Amino acid sequence: MAEVAEKEAKQKEPLFSKKNKGLMTDPLFDNNPITIQVLGICSALAITAQLKASIVMALAVMFVLAMGNVVISLMRNIIPSKIRIIVQLVVVAALVIVVDLTLKAFAYELSKQLSVFVGLIITNCIIMGRFEAFALGNGPWKSFLDGIGNAAGYGLILIIVGFFRELLGSGTLLGFKVLGDPIEKTGLYALGYENNGFMLLAPMALITVGVIIWIQRSRNKSLIES
Amino acid sequence: MANTDKNSYTIGFAIAMVVLVGSVLAGTFGSLKTKIDENKKKEKKQNILFAMGINKSTLTKNAADATSPVDAAQADELFSKYIGDNQYIIEGTKATKSDKAFGIDVKKEGQKAKEAGYVRKLPLYIGSVGGKKSYIVPLYGKGLWDAIWGYVALDGDLKTVKGAFFDHKGETPGLGANIKEAFFYEDFKGESIYSGAEYKGITVAKGNNDPKNERKNDNKVDAIAGATITGDGVTAMIKTDLKLYVPYFESIKVN
Repeated sequence: MAEVAEKEAKQKEPLFSKKNKGLMTDPLFDNNPITIQVLGICSALAITAQLKASIVMALAVMFVLAMGNVVISLMRNIIPSKIRIIVQLVVVAALVIVVDLTLKAFAYELSKQLSVFVGLIITNCIIMGRFEAFALGNGPWKSFLDGIGNAAGYGLILIIVGFFRELLGSGTLLGFKVLGDPIEKTGLYALGYENNGFMLLAPMALITVGVIIWIQRSRNKSLIES
Repeated sequence: MANTDKNSYTIGFAIAMVVLVGSVLAGTFGSLKTKIDENKKKEKKQNILFAMGINKSTLTKNAADATSPVDAAQADELFSKYIGDNQYIIEGTKATKSDKAFGIDVKKEGQKAKEAGYVRKLPLYIGSVGGKKSYIVPLYGKGLWDAIWGYVALDGDLKTVKGAFFDHKGETPGLGANIKEAFFYEDFKGESIYSGAEYKGITVAKGNNDPKNERKNDNKVDAIAGATITGDGVTAMIKTDLKLYVPYFESIKVN
């Protein structure tokens, strides 16, 4: 993480230069916050029992991380280093509360769906991690891209895990019964298929994430530590 | 640029930040509060209507909409159409018609009731659709992580559940949070809260072996796998909160 933060380009460069694009695409695969940096595992385990919850959480984190990165980056020269962690915490908490209140006032239905996730965003270690490792040392535009990229990498894993947990655990995707009805015994259930209730519990999310890490490392040997 | 390592700068920065963030948050909350309260009132109306069977399909006539509450924009209008001023405050066996019933905070009343000698004020809504009455009771209890609440509508016989609605503050998505899903609350429809002449409530039971809920008189509905504590919370909520209304219900049955 740190080496990315130190590579600050001094010369004027185009908005979507190769390096800037890298800020967005690296965290998707080879520097993924969950599978490589192993950050944000807590929420990846807690909320991925359903695909919809995973998607909503991914979008919420993307908004807060991109905004927070920009705010911290704008303030990076005036933040006293002794209390920078507290400042970061205050920024993310304030952002989350403003988002929560605005949703409650203008998009009440959406805020009901988000319910617990809004609070959980504050505790997401990716957010503090990116503030500390990137936004404090880089300009607002780069920080914005970094925020979007890391949140997308986090969201990608969340959605993959959510997809498999909901499909194998409940036999549904986004609430639609894609495998048939388990009570009426239609579709796959007519052949004797049963939902694996174990997939709904948090330990299976850890195992799913583990399988993703395994696949990723076996395809890209450079990721394996000596 | 000032020396950001000086203690005085750090303290000054902290104070300025707290004041700034505090006033931004207070300002946001103050300016949005009326709108948020209005949304909450509408949601409550939607939920009460939902429990008594007035849902989106009532208007659209499309059976697939039966699991969605009426639109928030229509909540006020439909609430006054089906319930109107039929809102009562129950104290013991005495019922008073009052427009204050809607504003009663069930949670706060529950806390006040712990003091000796306090007669709890219980809100009751009586809805009528085509001359058929339904009695809607608000419930409030504890889930695994946080509060759960709901509304149970009883038929005119005051024994059979007409419909139910449950919601929660922070139950686990995919597990406890499923109490607000149709497959769970649909099971309550038609269940009896009495066993013979005795009040039993409805138990959210594991190993009920009745996934289609064909036994309506066993006072049991199927539990959700992986959501034992939330299910127990629903059971407890019905056992205690709904029971508070029983003396009043008994008194109007006799008359």
